[in-house]
Formats: sequence, structure tokens, C-alpha cells
Amino acid sequence: MTRFSALSLFTKAFGGHQNWPAQWPDAAPKPAYDAIIVGGGGHGLGAAYYLAKKYGITNVAVLEKSWIGGGNTGRNTTIIRSNYLYDESAHLYDHAVKLWDGLSQELNYNIMYSKRGVMMLAHNVHDIQSLQRHINANRLNGVDNEWLTPEQAKAYCPPLNISPDARHPVLGAALQRRGGTARHDSVAWGYARAAAALGVDIIQNCAVTGIRRGADGAVEGVETTRGYIASKRVGVSAAGNTSVIMQMAGLDFPLESYPLQALVSEPIKPTFPCVVMSNTVHAYMSQSDKGELVIGAGTDQYVSYSQRGALHIVEHTLAAICEIFPIYRRMRMLRTWGGIVDVTPDRSPILGKTPVKGLYVNCGWGTGGFKATPGAGDLLAYTMAKDEPHKINAPFNLDRFRNGRLIDEAAAAAVAH
Amino acid sequence: MILIHCPYCDEKRPEIEFANAGQAHIARPLDPSGQSDADWEAYLFIRANPRGRHHERWRHTHGCGRFFNAVRDTVTDKFETTYKAGEPRR
Repeated sequence: MTRFSALSLFTKAFGGHQNWPAQWPDAAPKPAYDAIIVGGGGHGLGAAYYLAKKYGITNVAVLEKSWIGGGNTGRNTTIIRSNYLYDESAHLYDHAVKLWDGLSQELNYNIMYSKRGVMMLAHNVHDIQSLQRHINANRLNGVDNEWLTPEQAKAYCPPLNISPDARHPVLGAALQRRGGTARHDSVAWGYARAAAALGVDIIQNCAVTGIRRGADGAVEGVETTRGYIASKRVGVSAAGNTSVIMQMAGLDFPLESYPLQALVSEPIKPTFPCVVMSNTVHAYMSQSDKGELVIGAGTDQYVSYSQRGALHIVEHTLAAICEIFPIYRRMRMLRTWGGIVDVTPDRSPILGKTPVKGLYVNCGWGTGGFKATPGAGDLLAYTMAKDEPHKINAPFNLDRFRNGRLIDEAAAAAVAH
Repeated sequence: MILIHCPYCDEKRPEIEFANAGQAHIARPLDPSGQSDADWEAYLFIRANPRGRHHERWRHTHGCGRFFNAVRDTVTDKFETTYKAGEPRR
């Protein structure tokens, strides 16, 4: 593996940048592995990397049905934050935020983590009370979050319309300064390259079609479109398709899959310095380093695997964006797309063991999985290596839907689900 | 936007007139206190979430206001049929 540095960039420039080697080999499946990760998104590649790096399990395969990072990793709005209400969630998401810090150096790959701040707007009395409750809860958990007046919010994000007669008046905002964005594709590529350098096989175009279990019920391996692969440890990190994979092992999951849409505008000069989210009117936006406004829309109301959503969902979001940021009214939108998100009844993820021995799961991140990428990867790796959950992900077990100990972030998440 | 046939109005109308009401044919337990924790979990939380043919409930909120059932393919989003509430599963 070529180590990326200013010097390597400089020397390769003399060859016109024609002689860069492939960043990782395109592996073919071996007959057996110590561990298999199903799903080559950021979470799955992260899990493979941490299995190899922290837990010494290097004979690992990542199985991706199409190309790595082509699912929700490449379809999200790249927002990172950890301002969740409940203790369990704050610890989980802040674990990820701590790992985002320094990830570029650790992977020797520029993931472009930018702590530009995530600002959530309050438009009514309920929003003010709810956001201030979040701020207090976050601070008690060591997560930074602070209250801004409308004028302070405007100073932090000048395109914001704080006029009192606005359609959606801004009465204040909660700001998490450590929040921000990262380059999503780089996250997948960085983890893939670093994992491959430690011996992990990254196998693309390899869909799992069955899970083989032994006489004692434990996992023995997976059937794939590229043949049978044996492994006593299988971690499933397949987002919207998790319930389909779990049914191959005879497990019914409390998940429903919905299309979630996002869109980008034509690229313009830097005008938008942070991430702004408005839960009440359902609009959130940031500007990529390429210059596009990156806008998150909502989920469709029905279960679907179509990876596209309805136009009226996008229209609803853009109507709100035009009211909150009137300067963008004449912007043209370039592309819209959808990703399939797996939503749990309490809007918190499921990360841990399953009733099937040797089968582990990381799913249910719903509309907000990108921010958790390093944390989810690390905790899935821990759970697979030790055959028991880490104390951070222990509350996010499957049993909570039976014993009632839910972590109900439904009303506390970024957007009105 | 998808067009949905309301079996009561007998018309195809745009999706924004309708509200999806989740998976269809989930019967509330007749003997609540006799249910195990696993039964309650299945009733409250476990959903089919199939990749393909799916039975779901819709409500014609901005029309007749009535609930009905539908069979839709979750990969193509194409409706196979819609039928009135209370009619047998198709």
C-alpha cells in the first residue's frame, strides 16, 4: 500500500498522476474465513477494519452485493452530530464523534471531517423547550450543545432568515460545534484501503443468498452468488436489506424499510458555513466542498426497496428551504436520489447479538446512520470478537422489543420521523 | 407520486390524498392478559417488511376517509390490487 503524504503527491505529480497503484485489491472469495461482514458500506468496512486492527482477527471478508459504498454510505447527507436526548444514545453517537476526530490520520486517508457545527432551529415554543431540554441532557452527558438567540444564529449562518414575519420564524437555535460533515465516499474508501492493508478481503458483486446453520443452530457460513463461504462468525450490516438477510436465518426483525431522499443543487461559491436542521418544517442543509447545497428530504410513507422516492416529498422540503433561506430561491437542483433506510419502532439502532449463535447484527439506524459509521463499526467488531456487546451498545439489543426497555428517540431525532 | 385506487370511491387518486397505515391483517389479540412477552413483541413490533409482495393498509384521508387494504410490490411500488377492509386477504 502506498502511504499517502505530501511527498507521495509531489513525486507522483511528475508522472502526471498516471502511476498511482490500486488502493486495494479486488479480492475473490476464499472457501472460509474467521469472520464475514455482510454489507460493504461504511459500517461494514469499518467493522472489518476494527476487527483486524483492534481485535487481531485479520482473516475477514466483507461481502458487498454491488460496489462498496454504493448504498446508503453514498446516498446520505454526510452530517455528523451526537446531540441525542437519551443517555444511551448520547454515549453511542458521541463514541462515533470521538472516533471521527483523528480518523483521517488513523486511516492515512483524507475523509474531510469538518467540524463546521450543526445548528437546529426552533420555530415555536415547543421547539424551544425541546431543544433546551436536549442541550441540558447533552451537557450532562459531556456532549457539547449550546443555545443561540436568533441574532447569534444569524451571525453563525448568514443566509438564515430571522425576520419576525417569516413563514417559519426563528426563535432560537441549538448549536453543536463539534458536529459537521465528512466526505462519505472517502469514509468507505479509507476503511476499505486500511482494512485491505491488514489482510481483509473486500469482495464486491457478491450477494448473500442464504445463511447456512448447523445442527446446533449456529451459523456455519453463507451462500452467495459467488459460491458458499464458511465462517462461524457472521456480522450483518446491510441497512435497508437487513430484514431480508435475517429471514435467511429464520429471524423476524422489528424493522421496516423506507426510501429516504436527498438532493443537491448546482455548485456555487461558499455561502453556507455550517449545517442547519429544522425538525419542525423538515428541512436540513449544508454546502459541500464542491459547492453544491446538500439537502435532506424526508422518507416516503410506505415500505419500499425502490431506492427512489416521490416528488412531493422533495417539494415539501424545498418549500421549507426557500422560506428559511430566501437567498436560494432561484437555485436549480441538479440531482435527487433515494436510499433505503431500515427503521425500528423506537428509532434507535439494533447493534449486538441475535438469537442465532455466531450471527451478529448492526441495523436500524434509520435516517441517521452515517454519523455513527466509525462507532458502529468499532462496536460491531467488539461484539463479534468478544461474543458479547460492549457496554455502549449493550442497551441497543434486540431483546428490548420484548422486555419493553426501548430507547425512544422517535421524537428526539433530527427530523420528525 | 403513485396513483392509488380507492375501493370505496372506485377512483384512482394521487398519493397525497392518502395516508399509509402500515402492514395489513394484523389482528389485535383477543385475550390480552393471556399473551406472552413474545406474543406482544410480535404483535406490536415485528413486521413482514418483504422485498416484493406486501399487504398494507391505506386510508383515503382527503377523500372518503375510510381504511382499505392493498397489495403492492415493494421493489417496483406497483399496486397489484386494493380491496375493502374486512374482505379476506388476497
